[in-house]
Amino acid sequence: MSDIAERVKKIVVDHLGVEESKVVENASFIDDLGADSLDTVELVMAFEEEFGVEIPDDAAEKILSVKDAIDFIKANAAA
Amino acid sequence: MRRVVVTGLGLVTPLGVGHTLNWERLISSQSGIRAITRFDASDLASKVAGQVPRGTGDGDFDADAFVPPKDQRKMDDFIIFAIAAAHEAIKDSGWAPQTDEERERTGVMVGSGIGGLPGIADGAVTLHEKGPRRLSPFFIPACLINLASGHISIQHGFKGPNHAVVTACSTGAHAIGDAARLIMLDDADVMIAGGTEAAVSRLGVGGFAAMRALSTNFNDTPEKASRPYDKDRDGFVIGEGAGVVVLEELEHARKRGATIYAEVVGYGMSGDAHHISAPAEDGNGGFRAMRNALKRAGLAPSDIDYVNAHGTSTPLGDEIELGAVRRLFGESMDKLAMSSTKSAIGHLLGAAGAVEAIYSIKAINHGVVPPTLNLENPSESCQGANLVPKVAQERRVRAALSNSFGFGGTNASLVFKEFV
Repeated sequence: MSDIAERVKKIVVDHLGVEESKVVENASFIDDLGADSLDTVELVMAFEEEFGVEIPDDAAEKILSVKDAIDFIKANAAA
Repeated sequence: MRRVVVTGLGLVTPLGVGHTLNWERLISSQSGIRAITRFDASDLASKVAGQVPRGTGDGDFDADAFVPPKDQRKMDDFIIFAIAAAHEAIKDSGWAPQTDEERERTGVMVGSGIGGLPGIADGAVTLHEKGPRRLSPFFIPACLINLASGHISIQHGFKGPNHAVVTACSTGAHAIGDAARLIMLDDADVMIAGGTEAAVSRLGVGGFAAMRALSTNFNDTPEKASRPYDKDRDGFVIGEGAGVVVLEELEHARKRGATIYAEVVGYGMSGDAHHISAPAEDGNGGFRAMRNALKRAGLAPSDIDYVNAHGTSTPLGDEIELGAVRRLFGESMDKLAMSSTKSAIGHLLGAAGAVEAIYSIKAINHGVVPPTLNLENPSESCQGANLVPKVAQERRVRAALSNSFGFGGTNASLVFKEFV
């Protein structure tokens, strides 16, 4: 789905309160977007809710950037 | 022992935001009690509360002015109220530490009676309906009581003692008294101290209503519901908000030319060892807290011109407290003014002692004692005492005593003295 990237970026903008222009695909949540470890847990929960997927803890630990999130959802989302 | 003075004041109450605005509204006999509007109260026995006015108008509370919207869901309202009151008090004091040493000598002690009760309620519902995987990682830090002190220290970089009092409705008074002692004992030079509460929620009102502690006869006339000492009083009115003061070692304040509002001269504590919620009928607990505070202050009852009563508007408590004041003050009762400002804002629980300490300090500064609203017909045992019915009175206040009594039988009295 072509809009997955846009929906992921919107969630990141809303949750981290950062400028849309900073949320590029290779942006790291912690290093580039000012998130802390609790923010990243909450982001993963928001992705789960938005896309109706379950992201196990070991997979969530590897979702460190906007691109990681988009890739995981593309591979795992039902529709 | 080092001397401690008050150099900054901050208030968020049902009368509004800001200590100057609060005082103007308080002494012009305005009430902050309204029908509950933020949640469904139709099945609750008590449908009135002292709610902080929210919005962007004059004196309204605008959370966005203190915490970015994206961070607000990481903290329950009691933390946001504390941050706002601390912001005002710190700005008011002009204290802005520049060096690491100054930051390490500045601490925070802001307590709460219940903490994040609304957040705990929401978390429990999420757990029940959606399971543990849907609990927010911010659920625990949003509700923990000491996170009010934590957030204030993080925002301002204060690295001194970081502490939080939890003694139900005595919290605010204990926090100010204990923080003053940390300065006296040289653990800090400056302390941000006070209390905060935001438990006006279905679970909070429902819980206190279950204890039959709340007013239920004035649901159609909210402004009449809190009426300490009046024959028709029928329970307390729940309130929310925060009171924060900046306490400072005297020479530290003098050196930087700070405005000194008052000196903290007395602090007394006691335990009832009697009942989980009811005060001992002889008023012994309150009596000893007041006596201990006067002893610490080195003052006689005749040196106190104003008592800000705990006076919650419950049938039992008000008269027990007044009896204890009469016993302690004896003949000097004739010259004493005593009022309950809970008549205007309700009972702010863990914030009450700090908010009322600030009102007591303002009474000293302005030479005006605030009124007890709705005191139309005093109970028999209240006759003869000057309870400042309905209208503020101009009078010099050399020193003021503020009482706070909490569930569990925990009592605290603070004495503030004019600084000349």
